[in-house]
Amino acid sequence: MLKFTIRRLIQSIPTFIGITVLAYAIMALAPGGPVTLLGFDPNISAKQRQAMAESLGVNAPIHEQYVRWLIGDAPISLFGVTIWGGREMPVFDRRGNQTGMEIGTNMGILRGDFGKSFVSQNPVTEVIGVRIPATLELGLISLFIGTVIGIIIGILAAVKHGGIFDQISRVLAVVISAVPVYLLGLVLLLIFGVILAWLPMGNRFPLKASGDYTVIERVRHLILPTITLASFSVATFSRFMRASLLDVLNQDYVRTARAKGLSDRIVWFKHASRNALIPIATLLGPAIPGVITGAVLTETIYAWPGMGTLIVDSIRQQDYPVIMGVVMIAAMATILGYLISDILYAIVDPRIRLN
Amino acid sequence: MTALQRPKPAAGQIANLKERPRGESLWGDAARRLRRNKAAIMGLIIIIISILVAIFAPAIAPYDYKTQVRADNNAVPYWVTRIFPNMIPEDEGGYITVTDKYPLGSDALGRDLFSRIVYGSRVSLAVAFVGPVVSIIVGLLVGMIAGYVGGKVDNTLMRIVDVMYAFPTFLFIILLMAFFRASFTQVEQGTFSYYISELDSATGGLLFIFVGIGLTSWMQMARLVRGQVLSVREKEYIEAARSIGTRAPEIMRQHILPNILGPIIIAETLSIPQYISYEAFLSFIGLGVNPPTPSWGAMISEGAQVINSYPYQALFPALALFFVMFAFNFLGDGLRDALDPRMRGVD
Repeated sequence: MLKFTIRRLIQSIPTFIGITVLAYAIMALAPGGPVTLLGFDPNISAKQRQAMAESLGVNAPIHEQYVRWLIGDAPISLFGVTIWGGREMPVFDRRGNQTGMEIGTNMGILRGDFGKSFVSQNPVTEVIGVRIPATLELGLISLFIGTVIGIIIGILAAVKHGGIFDQISRVLAVVISAVPVYLLGLVLLLIFGVILAWLPMGNRFPLKASGDYTVIERVRHLILPTITLASFSVATFSRFMRASLLDVLNQDYVRTARAKGLSDRIVWFKHASRNALIPIATLLGPAIPGVITGAVLTETIYAWPGMGTLIVDSIRQQDYPVIMGVVMIAAMATILGYLISDILYAIVDPRIRLN
Repeated sequence: MTALQRPKPAAGQIANLKERPRGESLWGDAARRLRRNKAAIMGLIIIIISILVAIFAPAIAPYDYKTQVRADNNAVPYWVTRIFPNMIPEDEGGYITVTDKYPLGSDALGRDLFSRIVYGSRVSLAVAFVGPVVSIIVGLLVGMIAGYVGGKVDNTLMRIVDVMYAFPTFLFIILLMAFFRASFTQVEQGTFSYYISELDSATGGLLFIFVGIGLTSWMQMARLVRGQVLSVREKEYIEAARSIGTRAPEIMRQHILPNILGPIIIAETLSIPQYISYEAFLSFIGLGVNPPTPSWGAMISEGAQVINSYPYQALFPALALFFVMFAFNFLGDGLRDALDPRMRGVD
């Protein structure tokens, strides 16, 4: 098992490198950036702009910029032994005259340094770090609720398959997976926020000067975004659970359990449901990137202060370091999601492991 | 002699034979099955209606989509104020201007909402029909080459597909659109980029949306095509074609393509709602069509900003989007059942 995990982990490295190349190429080819912004300032001379470009390294060929972005300029040392001395970068005074060379301090994204935001001048890790709890809160709660409700609905639909509950849940699942997330969010907002005015219209907290919020207030703010984001998982999981459970019911051991005279309830919930859950576990991996994608949409509608709103704002402001940071985190989560799903598959089905 | 004459068939039998012509083609068979599916036919009718609306938009829309009448901004007919209890008309002590000039009311700039929805169908339908074309062309090419040639070519192409697959699609398309919008805003006259950006503004920003959707959605098609090609590649009739010296492009076009067309059509029809949704989402966050070109996504986004006071401005374009997406979903499902009866009832 460990061997399989390690092999699968190594296989995902080229994918990650590929993503960094692709993302960097798109961003690097787009115009704009810090030096262009300075060009609009009449107080900054061409020489100073040149110096700025030199010290930031944006004049270098693109592959060199990419490598610098990936591994940085600062020396790399492992257990006190310096492996790489780092890269020397020119240093300029305020007028734009070169005063000397100095070893760079940029660590590169592989060492967790995404640079500084063009807009706020704060480190990108800090800018994103502030937003991660909000996204995790919404994403994890939605994933949990979506999975649990989806599985319960799936079991109930399979128990009485062909019945009225099965039909209704089937139609609803088709409807929900057909509606785009933001449309569902908007309709919920219209009904519960505007017409009925039961729930808040957005944000994570009520707008108050004091920073103390009751749990009830926070839950009220969570309800609509959670329903919006969870609805898709409910639809997916309920359909898969139903199919999987119906599959299990045709197995011999279920017939044996019945033949032994066990009650329907025990056969359904103890013997069948448990085994039907196994293939469902493998769905959890791909659900992780799904939650991230859904978060971009859901957060935009409900003004939820997470990574989704951050990337939409950053794109409008052409804040490339922040965009790259969010994209890299999302890509890593996606790779991790597929990795988890593959490992779960291997646990469930040993044939994959040995292949 | 009379003994050799075949007995005359009964009248009913002849009628029966006429009803079921022998040797029905795959497509005739599929069309018959599709006709029996009520939901798919309903979807098809909605799609045909919206295509007609898009074509005859100037005749149907009572107003121009960009004419602003400042005096009439946020005006609604009376019945709309009955749906939303918080929209109280002016003469009942509220703030809502009531007028019968606009069938569905007007937006914040005093433009007729109904006319904008009518013209907006053009954008959504253009995406619905051009999106699959781009995705099929690229996906088919990559998938067929990978599947047929195999070996190193297959490996390389599929690794590229894997990398692009690991990119969350929405982030990828946002990145691409941001790149296009930033790169082609200020370009020198006479250059290639200049003509591209001119073409883009002539289509109201649609060109880049097509490219963006095409670049992000061909991977799925490529995987599907490759799988299909692999499954028919070793069949005897391909072997036979190869043995009489047919060249590879000819085999792909004449022998493989017709046999894998069914799943491709199903997959593309099923992903049309997704393309419509991408465009609406891009317009929703301001990376889609250029104003004042009306797009349902952009209208929903404008409406969402004033959803507290004028909820109808988001509701009506949302309903239009909802119906068209549903129509394509039902049609896609129906086509899947019709072309591949084994898939019926399987999720």
